[in-house]
Amino acid sequence: MNHIFFLQLIPLLPLAGFLVNGLLGRRLPKALVSTVALAAPFAAFLLVVRAAYLIWSGSTFPVVETFAIGTRTAEWINAGPLHVDFTFALDQLTLVMLLIITGVGFLIHIYSVGYMSHEEGYWRYFAYLNLFLFFMSVLVLAENFLLMFVGWEGVGLASYLLIGFYFDKKSAADAGKKAFVVNRIGDFGFLLGMFLLLAQFGSLSFGSIGTSLAAQPALQGGILTAIALCLVVGACGKSAQIPLYIWLPDAMEGPTPVSALIHAATMVTAGVYMIARTHAIFDRSPFALAVVAIIGAATALFAATIGLVQTDIKRVLAYSTISQLGYMFLGCGVAAYSAAIFHLMTHAFFKALLFLAAGSVIHGLSGEQDMRNMGGLRKKLPITFWTMTAGVLAISGIFPFAGFFSKDADLYDAFEHGASGKAIWFVGLVAAGLTSFYMFRLWYLTFFGESRAETQTSAVNDNSHSTLHTSHSVHESPWSMLAPLVILALLSIGGGWIGMKHFGDFLAPVVGAVVDPEKEPGGETFDYFLSVVAVAVAALGWFIAHLFYFRKNDRAAKLAAAMSGVHSLLANKYWIDELYNFIFVRPLKAISTFILGWIGEGVIIRGSTWLLGGIVMLTGELLRRWQSGNLRSYAAWLAAGAAVLILFAGYAITGTWLGAHGIDIHINWAGR
Amino acid sequence: MHVPSSWYLILSALLFTLGVVGFLIKRNLITVFMSIELMLNAVNLSFVTFGHMWRATGQAAIDHRIAERGQIFVFFVMMVAAAEAAVGLAVIIAIFRARGTLNVDQIDLMKL
Repeated sequence: MNHIFFLQLIPLLPLAGFLVNGLLGRRLPKALVSTVALAAPFAAFLLVVRAAYLIWSGSTFPVVETFAIGTRTAEWINAGPLHVDFTFALDQLTLVMLLIITGVGFLIHIYSVGYMSHEEGYWRYFAYLNLFLFFMSVLVLAENFLLMFVGWEGVGLASYLLIGFYFDKKSAADAGKKAFVVNRIGDFGFLLGMFLLLAQFGSLSFGSIGTSLAAQPALQGGILTAIALCLVVGACGKSAQIPLYIWLPDAMEGPTPVSALIHAATMVTAGVYMIARTHAIFDRSPFALAVVAIIGAATALFAATIGLVQTDIKRVLAYSTISQLGYMFLGCGVAAYSAAIFHLMTHAFFKALLFLAAGSVIHGLSGEQDMRNMGGLRKKLPITFWTMTAGVLAISGIFPFAGFFSKDADLYDAFEHGASGKAIWFVGLVAAGLTSFYMFRLWYLTFFGESRAETQTSAVNDNSHSTLHTSHSVHESPWSMLAPLVILALLSIGGGWIGMKHFGDFLAPVVGAVVDPEKEPGGETFDYFLSVVAVAVAALGWFIAHLFYFRKNDRAAKLAAAMSGVHSLLANKYWIDELYNFIFVRPLKAISTFILGWIGEGVIIRGSTWLLGGIVMLTGELLRRWQSGNLRSYAAWLAAGAAVLILFAGYAITGTWLGAHGIDIHINWAGR
Repeated sequence: MHVPSSWYLILSALLFTLGVVGFLIKRNLITVFMSIELMLNAVNLSFVTFGHMWRATGQAAIDHRIAERGQIFVFFVMMVAAAEAAVGLAVIIAIFRARGTLNVDQIDLMKL
């Protein structure tokens, strides 16, 4: 069966939404802006669902569609050996990503209508959000690296615009810049990887690179390791992994739905998607895979420890996002790509849910983000409470919520990955315990105990969100915000029930078969054992959080005081920002100041103007002495000039200067 | 006795040089003016001589107008010199009335 999937419409619809709202939105009424902004992703979502249905009913993967208008081809670049097309491809992996992007994206659009209703620049916000969806779907639909890079850069741009949405706030503008610059470092790696791929395979198309790789089974390591490591640098930048994770916590300066969509559910998973998409290269390079696994495990643990002591509700979630992305990297690193994508999907559900619920709390508290000033919100925000509970249980990996299945799959595959895999599994397990602890800490601090908001209203965080609310009374959010919460909560509860087995089988044609416990001797029993251990660790984290934070007590404060060194290390995020500032930013600034300020502006610009002016002035000073006003000196110069002209004329005619023959004047003394 | 053309040319050169030197070393404006006249007439002499030489070659017989150009130019130069003398003397008188001197070294107000 051959159906047209209208793949190009999936990104183009949000682009149209962006253009309408971006160009005209300022003049349109709010209702129309929302309609346009919601219609575009919804239509795209319907197209994706239709594609999924067509495939369900028998179409074959992968679907490749190129842009072709009439007889014009889809050619984009055709320069010598470099040949790039505007080609979109839809396979199982892309389908999963698209369902997440447009589905969760649409829910977050709905939520934003309520959340952003009081904000200035409502139209601008939705224009950017649609722009993001455009680039994100280009990223996952692209059939070659270059087109993927377009989406890759584009989501970075959208992210920059949305982090800096409150651009009159310096911290937000700075956070946007930081995100952009750090991502550029990663993009640099991605670009180098593309150049190497082009040099090695002469093509940037996923399909033809895959074919070339399959045709050369002997090609292992070496250049492929180099390519893979370059791509890992790109993935680390986009997916906020060590050492390029530092932009993500600061990205929380953006509006909360943006944090949910871009900095939790979709954009930051682009790195994981990229590794899964290019897994054929990684499979040939055990070293690169090990690097991915180590980065993932280290990030999962590292970010989780920072998350333990953060007090800003969004920052806890930001570090937990970094940590969960670490799990996905960990899964990729042990070649369990479908497990990583599975976790990506469930994470998209529960982390979007957590962020949106946190946004609902912040909205209800008129902009308060500090958990120390929350508490006792369980009764006041009941729907937010119950949905957030689903999210917390899911991320902590409590059975039978979605996170349990995907985290379990990741950890199981790590455990099965040889001796080094056991170490990675252990790190992942510890990180899971920490995750459970800090998520329940957040849960208890926010919803349980006495309200601490009234006593400390003076300390209300001056988020620009707060200034637009006049009332300080806590209120539950409107239904436009609660409905997405409920849907995402249902997905967070049930999203994992599809099971790793079916999910892995579905993705197997793209990313290769996953280690299946049911097919291993004794695997199933063993899988149950690992699951029980994981749930036990999660429950332990919950229990400790319960001890510390359920009732008002000073256990946490005592522990922090007893281990003040560790606490301040964590609270200051290991001083990584300060370290980077010292190692990279300041030397760079000094060098830039030197090159731009001293050499560029000082020597080249100022020097050249001084030199030019000086030459002109000096020449003028010399020449003005010529114009003495003395008639006889003018006459002398005139005579000298005439003499020189005559000399030249003589040379022109006779071909010699006065010399060898002299000007040949025969003086005829006698006769004619 | 036949006088060779070159003598006239040499005389012309000498007169012109005298004019130039006079122009350069004399300070009195009237003397300078006379030096200019001397140069003009030195040129006139060479014009006439060259015209005569063209005629003498016989080639000019083909086209007499070429041979006569030298002489015609002399009339032009004389006419311009006469006009220049009239204007120049008037200027000199005006300068003398204004400045009370004709020393060229003191007439230097047009310098920068």
